[in-house]
Amino acid sequence: MNIWVYAQQADGKLTSATTELLTKARSLGGTVTAFLGGDASSVAGELGEFGAAKVYATGDLGGKLPGAAVSAAMKAVIDGGDSPSLIMLPQSYEGRDVMSRLSVKLDRTVLTNNIDVAVDGEAVKVTTPIFGGNTLVTTTFTGAGPFLAAFRPKSFAAEAAGGGAAEVIAAPVPDLGATGGATVNAVHVEETSGPKLDEAAVVVSGGRGLGEQAKFEMIETLAKLLKGAPGASRAIVDAGWVPYSYQVGQTGKVVKPGVYIAAGISGATQHMVGMKGSKNIIAINKDKEAPIFAIADLGIVGDVHKVLPKVIEAIQNR
Amino acid sequence: MIVCVKQIPDPALPGSLDSSTKTLKREGKLILDESDSYGVEMALQLVDKAGGGEVSLISMAPNGEVSGLRQALAMGAAKGVLVSDPALLGSDALTTAKVLAAASKKLGDADLIIAATESSDGYTGTVPEQMAEILGLPSVTFAKAVTIDGQTLKAERQTEAGYDEITCPLPALISVTAGVVEPRYPSFKGIMAAKSKPVETVTAADLGVTPVGWAGANQDIIDIAEAPAREAGEIIEDDGEAYVKVIEFLEQLKVI
Repeated sequence: MNIWVYAQQADGKLTSATTELLTKARSLGGTVTAFLGGDASSVAGELGEFGAAKVYATGDLGGKLPGAAVSAAMKAVIDGGDSPSLIMLPQSYEGRDVMSRLSVKLDRTVLTNNIDVAVDGEAVKVTTPIFGGNTLVTTTFTGAGPFLAAFRPKSFAAEAAGGGAAEVIAAPVPDLGATGGATVNAVHVEETSGPKLDEAAVVVSGGRGLGEQAKFEMIETLAKLLKGAPGASRAIVDAGWVPYSYQVGQTGKVVKPGVYIAAGISGATQHMVGMKGSKNIIAINKDKEAPIFAIADLGIVGDVHKVLPKVIEAIQNR
Repeated sequence: MIVCVKQIPDPALPGSLDSSTKTLKREGKLILDESDSYGVEMALQLVDKAGGGEVSLISMAPNGEVSGLRQALAMGAAKGVLVSDPALLGSDALTTAKVLAAASKKLGDADLIIAATESSDGYTGTVPEQMAEILGLPSVTFAKAVTIDGQTLKAERQTEAGYDEITCPLPALISVTAGVVEPRYPSFKGIMAAKSKPVETVTAADLGVTPVGWAGANQDIIDIAEAPAREAGEIIEDDGEAYVKVIEFLEQLKVI
């Protein structure tokens, strides 16, 4: 089976979602080819290490958004005769745009939000959690390939295979016409200091139960004391209390830390799918019926404004 | 302007699958997906700022359901097209995008089509960008701050690390994140007016989109299973000393 992985890089390195997908693709047997929007020179070595024998690279996108540009480049390669059976993409902003446009160009369905994939001969089946992860649905593609599947970050463990650098093959972006009209003029980074939210060993998240924006400081303080990262529910991101980069959940980051502390978070499906893979979960919420308690290892039914300051003080006094 | 709105079962109620059709149960009253209220509000504001224009709605729902559409009409949208057709049951996101793209054409050429980034029930998250490709439009997904200057749209687009500043010529399609604007509450007058605003109901065949439903979905659901549940932990009521439990737990995990 010929498998493509849509590869993404940041700061000259592959994103963790990319190395996870390359590792999984390798385990399915057959050949693994990476497809990169941008210049592959700094990541060809890493792509090879994770099992991609070659990489199609569009070259610099010149400020074009990847959705239209990379999907058009992929379609050109497929029309040129190299058609994969399966294309795996990370469930990232760029991955979503690329697969959406590609699905129209190929007139193929795309299955998103998957956490697993299995191959049996030419058949491909994927597993998707629904209802906040309570139910797992397994779906098989029908009809002809290429099959398009997107996977949530952290669905697979990344492991290098130790291959030589991937062969870089140019896959230029064809003329996009009107679809290429959107242009990036400036890039803003909102990351905070301390460990990254999706890599931290400890995550302390706050939700609407904090009551007001100023109280998020408690979350920041506790996260810092535990050498962790602060996170947030969608409700308080939507309310503008903290930047979007703090959001844990379906549309935010997927986290799997050793310890997750949810303070004033009731546990909407949106949030739970982003954190229920955490090894240990501590929940503090005044509503004892809150869904978050169903997955908490330690649940405190109480007021975050009373419990959190005491926890912070006790740690500071150690 | 055209806004895509989805009418969904109340997300506060537990969802379930129909075991025979393998689709989400959509019995009873559907409501406007809250995620779409941001797009409706943004369209209304952009039309206001432009000093003219109209906001139309497109939606796809079973059983001729219009209650969610009426909510958006009550906010101030002028009219709607509803695609309702038993044949659409089981349609995948690509078919949905084809149907909505065809429905938008029925309303004529819009300067801007607005959708949410993903629905709150199915959250496939591909329909807006698929519509843009079908209609041959440029697109900005995950847009937050959006302004229009003549025939150019400016938007801040969410990224993994922060946001990008984007410019895009009109006509275009954008998907907007929740919280980007504060959706207005419909006034009593708005609710009354919404009852007589035109909503045209059409079928997939009327729009010339085939095949639809499971037949066009290119997928088969082969298994539905309960996920392994996390073991229930210890739940205690705070008596003023519950913080000690938290400290002990963190010590036990060697975090402190």
